[in-house]
Amino acid sequence: MIDPINPRARRDAFGSKINRDHSSLLAFGVPWLSILLASLTPLLPIIASAPIVPPLAYMLLLAWRLMRPGLLPLWAGLPLGALDDLFSGQPFGCGILLFSVTLIGIELLDARFPWRSFWQDWIIAIGLLAAYLVLGALVSGAHIQRGLYIALVPQFVLSVVMFPIVARVVSMLDRLRLLRVRRLA
Amino acid sequence: MAPPNVRGSSSNRKAQLSVFTGYLVAAAGAAIGAALLIISLWQPQAMAGLRSMVSDAAAPVGKAGASARTGGKGFFDAIAGYYRAGSKNADLEQEMQIARVKLVEAQAQTRENLRLKAALGLREGEIKPVALARLIGSTSSSARRFAFISAGTADGVQPEMPVVSPMGLVGRVLEAGAHSSRVMLLTDSESMVPVRRAKDDVVAFAEGRADGSLRLRLINLGLNPIKRGDVFVTSGAGGLFRPNVAVAVADVITKDGAIARVLSNPAATDFVSIEPVWQPEAVQSLSVQPGSAKDTR
Repeated sequence: MIDPINPRARRDAFGSKINRDHSSLLAFGVPWLSILLASLTPLLPIIASAPIVPPLAYMLLLAWRLMRPGLLPLWAGLPLGALDDLFSGQPFGCGILLFSVTLIGIELLDARFPWRSFWQDWIIAIGLLAAYLVLGALVSGAHIQRGLYIALVPQFVLSVVMFPIVARVVSMLDRLRLLRVRRLA
Repeated sequence: MAPPNVRGSSSNRKAQLSVFTGYLVAAAGAAIGAALLIISLWQPQAMAGLRSMVSDAAAPVGKAGASARTGGKGFFDAIAGYYRAGSKNADLEQEMQIARVKLVEAQAQTRENLRLKAALGLREGEIKPVALARLIGSTSSSARRFAFISAGTADGVQPEMPVVSPMGLVGRVLEAGAHSSRVMLLTDSESMVPVRRAKDDVVAFAEGRADGSLRLRLINLGLNPIKRGDVFVTSGAGGLFRPNVAVAVADVITKDGAIARVLSNPAATDFVSIEPVWQPEAVQSLSVQPGSAKDTR
């Protein structure tokens, strides 16, 4: 007698392995869409009298880039930064410049240190976030005064603490990205 | 995850070229960004059209969220109200008794004001708001303090118009789209409002600070007359804001003025009204660039 096979043998975390394949729209679209949606945070009903909300679009960009190298092209900073600038309140061009430079920087870092753990990724993200917030405030057109940088500290701490959460969200989105939804003919 | 090995093989000329092209395109993107940044720092209004077009498109989403914020806040306030209900009640009753007396005094003063104005032949029409709008959201992660409102040029809103809530001044319109506008809040570090003390004529400038408070700078230096708890209202100088709109209350006294808290907390405001520029002729004759707020008084 032939034993019935385990029904889960032909499935994995991304769905059935028979007659199904990844959808290229989902596989390449989810990172872009998630970062674009995060750029819309200024439209959330949070009216803050000081900068306090972490730069979510930038954090998602970092998380995607650090987790999936090669998924976002090197030039992705131009379109993603441009949309972020339209809502963030920064002068237009600030996001384009900082996003692009970040992607080039991580690319160079990848060539030097290809194997990293999450802790190292987190440290990289902390450094980049600090640079992003300070440079962003510097070119924001705001009146430069001592209080400006003190006001950035809570936002920076919140961003650092939130990075693992963002990374976890990105890994959940990554599982969604690789679902086998396309039916093979 | 380790990166895909794109630069490993030295014999694969095509792969090496595509890596090179990638760097080239990315560097060009960064250069475009830098150029745009310099342009928009130099001419802040350069991208205003594009910005207001995009925020017009996204405004309906924000509007739905804004009504949810007001509802949620009311819910939590109701819960918070149960704590210390007894002592609060006693406090409120005492405040009410004082307020009744003050109200009668105020009514008497209003009548006297009317009489004096009639004697002088001054006519001061009631200022009608141009539009009522919801505060949709704010640039909560940038160092600049802008907010979005759900009214634009279709409702008659124009740049430079003051934005007022029932609690006091909120800011002024910076860029107006068709159905949404961008407001510079009082706490933006480029915002500057001429104010005076409510009870007498100590004049000062209220500048935004990055951390959500205002810095009051006295115009007449000398002995600092400001006390903690003094309320400041707009003075009407410059012609942009009408006089006697509440702005801030002094909190910490400094050498040349005070650090003040803004009276109309934008987070707690539901609807704001957009008022016309108080003295358009005066503002126009100053003929300043709408973007450079430091010069606009």
